[in-house]
Amino acid sequence: MNKPIAAVYAGLSQDVPVLSVRGLSVAYDGRETVHDVSFDIGRGEVVALVGESGSGKSTTAQAIIGLLPENGRLTAGRIVLNGEDISVWKGRRLDTIRGTVVSLVPQDPGSSLNPLRTIGSQLTEIWRLHGHRDTAAIRQEAVELLGHVGLSHPELRFGQYPHELSGGMKQRVLIAIALALKPALIIADEPTSALDVTVQKRILDLIDKLRVENGTSVLLVTHDLAVAGDRADRIVVLKGGAIQEADVSSRVLGYPASAYTRQLLADIPSRTHFAPRPAIPRAAAPIIEVRNLVQDFDAAGGPFRAVDDVSFSVLEGTTHALVGESGSGKTTTARAVAGLSKPTRGQVFVNGRDITALRGEPLRQFRREVQLVYQNPFASLDPRQTVGEIIAEPLRNFGRPDRAERHARVLAALEQVQLAPELAERRPAALSGGQRQRVAIARALILSPRLLVLDEAVSALDVTVQAQILRLLDGLQRDLKLTYLFVSHDLSVVRGIADTVTVMQSGKAVETGEVQDVFEHGRAEYTRALIRSIPGGRYLER
Amino acid sequence: MATSLTLKNIVTKLGQGLFVLWAAFTISFVLLQIMPGDAILVRFMDGDMGLTPDAIASIRTFYGADEPFLVQYFQTIMAYLTGNFGNSVISGMPVAQEIMVNLPRTALLAGLGFTGGVTLALIIAVLATLPGFRWIRNLFQAAPALLASVPVFWLGILLIQIFSFRLGLISVIAPGPWERLILPVATLAVPIAAPIAQILLRNIDAFSVQPFAYVARAKGASQRYVLLRHVARNAVLPVLTIAGVTFGELLAGAVVTETVFGLNGLGRLAERSVRNQDAAVLQAVVLIAAFGYVVVNFIVDMLYPLIDPRLRKPQGGNA
Amino acid sequence: MSSFSEPVIAPRIGTGRGLRRLLHPVTPGLWLSVAILIVVILWAVAPGLWTGYNPVEGQSGNQLQSPSAAHWLGTDELGRDQLARLIHGARYSLSGALTAVGVGLLVGTLIGLVAGATGGRTDTVIMRLVDVLLAIPSLLLALSFIIILGFGHIQAAIAVGITSIAAFARLARSEVVSVRRREYVEAAFGSGGTFLGVVWRHVLPNSLNSVLAYAAVQFGWAILQISTLGFLGYGAPPPTPEWGLMIAEGRNYMTTSWWLTIFPGLFVIVVVLAANRVGRALRRN
Repeated sequence: MNKPIAAVYAGLSQDVPVLSVRGLSVAYDGRETVHDVSFDIGRGEVVALVGESGSGKSTTAQAIIGLLPENGRLTAGRIVLNGEDISVWKGRRLDTIRGTVVSLVPQDPGSSLNPLRTIGSQLTEIWRLHGHRDTAAIRQEAVELLGHVGLSHPELRFGQYPHELSGGMKQRVLIAIALALKPALIIADEPTSALDVTVQKRILDLIDKLRVENGTSVLLVTHDLAVAGDRADRIVVLKGGAIQEADVSSRVLGYPASAYTRQLLADIPSRTHFAPRPAIPRAAAPIIEVRNLVQDFDAAGGPFRAVDDVSFSVLEGTTHALVGESGSGKTTTARAVAGLSKPTRGQVFVNGRDITALRGEPLRQFRREVQLVYQNPFASLDPRQTVGEIIAEPLRNFGRPDRAERHARVLAALEQVQLAPELAERRPAALSGGQRQRVAIARALILSPRLLVLDEAVSALDVTVQAQILRLLDGLQRDLKLTYLFVSHDLSVVRGIADTVTVMQSGKAVETGEVQDVFEHGRAEYTRALIRSIPGGRYLER
Repeated sequence: MATSLTLKNIVTKLGQGLFVLWAAFTISFVLLQIMPGDAILVRFMDGDMGLTPDAIASIRTFYGADEPFLVQYFQTIMAYLTGNFGNSVISGMPVAQEIMVNLPRTALLAGLGFTGGVTLALIIAVLATLPGFRWIRNLFQAAPALLASVPVFWLGILLIQIFSFRLGLISVIAPGPWERLILPVATLAVPIAAPIAQILLRNIDAFSVQPFAYVARAKGASQRYVLLRHVARNAVLPVLTIAGVTFGELLAGAVVTETVFGLNGLGRLAERSVRNQDAAVLQAVVLIAAFGYVVVNFIVDMLYPLIDPRLRKPQGGNA
Repeated sequence: MSSFSEPVIAPRIGTGRGLRRLLHPVTPGLWLSVAILIVVILWAVAPGLWTGYNPVEGQSGNQLQSPSAAHWLGTDELGRDQLARLIHGARYSLSGALTAVGVGLLVGTLIGLVAGATGGRTDTVIMRLVDVLLAIPSLLLALSFIIILGFGHIQAAIAVGITSIAAFARLARSEVVSVRRREYVEAAFGSGGTFLGVVWRHVLPNSLNSVLAYAAVQFGWAILQISTLGFLGYGAPPPTPEWGLMIAEGRNYMTTSWWLTIFPGLFVIVVVLAANRVGRALRRN
């Protein structure tokens, strides 16, 4: 994979392409969402469709495999697969090529397998659907394939149900299904976006390996330009349903032709440019001190230790990042610092006071000092309130200033997060994800807290919006001398904006230190694995 | 949702079932035997019956009406545990005997009605998902709402009128033992079919757009195949829960159908007991219903893990 | 009806545009359903505006007339105009259903709110008792209350309302519990909100939406139940033109005068269908 195959395909494909999309337009309920899209995929080639949400990349992929939602229609264009125009095919005839000539690796492995049927029955089904009848041979081939996609104990997996497998294992099963009949083209629709970062890399490596072995072509649909650069020979950048730019990967990443691609490139988390962080003042006092924090939860299979003896401290005016994958305990730790959970053991000092002992009114008063911003701005704002009411609510909880003063402070807070004052009258449903997150930040800032806990606060956002919010947070910190506890699964986001970092794995802190130091001389094997998982190594300097 | 099938769970479920029975007994006892209190006996004091004060007093003693509440409560509970449900104020017969005579008739009617209802619901679900004319699909998708809006007693009257009087297909004078059940079963099936068909259709819609259905299509499966092999089983699962809940609907339906069709059974017994304020009989019927509900829902809980593999073993720590 | 409902629905359905948003998208079927309900409500409020015939006193010599220009839906065995009786009877179906839903909504929501908001042992005990109510078939439960309350229109309505308490309580509790877990509720606590303040400002308004929508669906169900009790003879006594009772009375003349049974039944079906349709539309939004 490290060898740039792209060179071979620098010009037009020499052979007949496996897939040739010409002038494709798709409409939902009569509204066109994909406009005049054309591209080719040569034999054994990887082409990436890159775009943000709403760019039409998934719609394009669905159109190619002939599975648009019921209200979607092809309005123009041709889809030529192996020399035949399948865009005019109907029903049964399309069924014969799905799985055999073109197959799919879906986005969310968690819900992409039938929960009531075994792995084996769902894998062998693809042979049976296409006329294979020799049960014993199918079974043997299926078990071999399960082993080949990297599942341990393939015989055991064959008889298991989806809920007994992890997300990464399920995605391997789905890759096995996609590859079973050795199709000419695999469509991988955001195949790793629901998975942890280290698992993402392993899954993408697996697709690469199998692709090379079988000479299969891949259409990789992704929101991540860095992933596309690492994995694809050519990149097609989509925005608003239209192609912005299409070229070999090295050129798209090295010499982007369109302004939009340049924007996307600048907003890749690891490349987002921030003013250099001021030196950490050695004399600064720690505002947070977490000592031997332990948090147990009752789970179905007995008590479960989510946080296991974690300690760190954060100096006033700095940003400390908590980084880890799902189940690492990073969010639980952050919630303890925000006073939202009662730790099983250990202490959390904020401004020198142990907050784990706080109850009732003192705890409520403590809320003025620490505010939390959630990951999902669609869930953290009450849909029935207006933006103005949402931002003013903390003021009403403390001291009840009169209506005029509340209004003035709401307008000031909106300006602080760079939102137009007229948004105060709107409800969250009328706002975009980025705007909502700004509202959540404004609500957090209105009590003038000294410490902000940001729980994956940019993870649910598109990269360009993500970069804007990160810049906003950076500016606010410098202006208001805020301290941030920044929780993220993505080490690359952390690099530009954090001073210190704690890397967590399975409830334990495996490494703590200054960001630069951890990136360059990470001691823990897990830290290095996380760093290796950051995409963009091929054409982008990390 | 049911949880995995372990001994501890079975014991817990049994305990919950017994609690429900005890609580249902207590509630119905308070409602029917204490609160109306002497009201039941008011009829005997009616001057027209010409009973002497002595006779009334002995009747009161016979029904235990003069005992304090707790004594009555424990006496009744002990009596129930030994299968003695008291005496009917109207017929004077032991309630247990009346129940035993009527229970099998209603059980047969209810069993057939339930089977018919489920069959009808499945037919509606299949027809509503058939590919083809949109208007046929729309028609059958609207069917559950229509069935749920029809007064059962009215439907029964209509069926008698059409099939017995107008078409003469089913004899009213001397129908055979099965013949006389055809129309009541059809009537009873309708209120059972409506909620089941509703849930089935909603689930089919919901599961058809699940990613696993999409992946199955991408394997080359036809829409029909995906519906039958992937969507159907998932869609049927919650119907099991509904089946447990509709059990109560069967007895309520029996009250109406037995009245309309002039059949003897528990429903008719309940209807008569209300008319005559015969509380002991009604309480026994209520408890039979609660018992049936508990048993059916226990069976449903035990069946769940057999159908849903997710409930079979405790989940491991893999996210 | 409910004391909490006012602050919640007032800003939403205060205007015609609000109602339209509440029912969006408005299909022809939905329009028809709303129109039917409005007509039936007008019947209940002012039956005299819709018919000149007396619903209780018949005209002799006019018995058992089939539908005609003078009597659109025919006349009954006492020579009363059936359309007039149905129009006057709307009052009983609607007021009964309103009473029943009011009882269920008020008591059930209160029980569910207390259980869901306090949680812990209180919650467990309350919900176990609610489960017991669910174990008794609703009609039998209604009959049990009728034995105590006696026969009559309002008694029947209250009995039907009591049987729906369990369902309302369950729904209200599950809504309260799910809303309590939402991030915006935690955010409200996190910004210094007090328990009662957060319950009042966030939990209650956001839970009540679906409870109120359910009440609309329950409305149709209550009409059916009340007509069933009327048919069995436990509701309003003759000569009340209650729809269920009319079916029971007309049944004796089924072979000769089908209209006496068919039309009241159709009226029940149409009103229940319309109520369900509107209820589902409310539920969706």
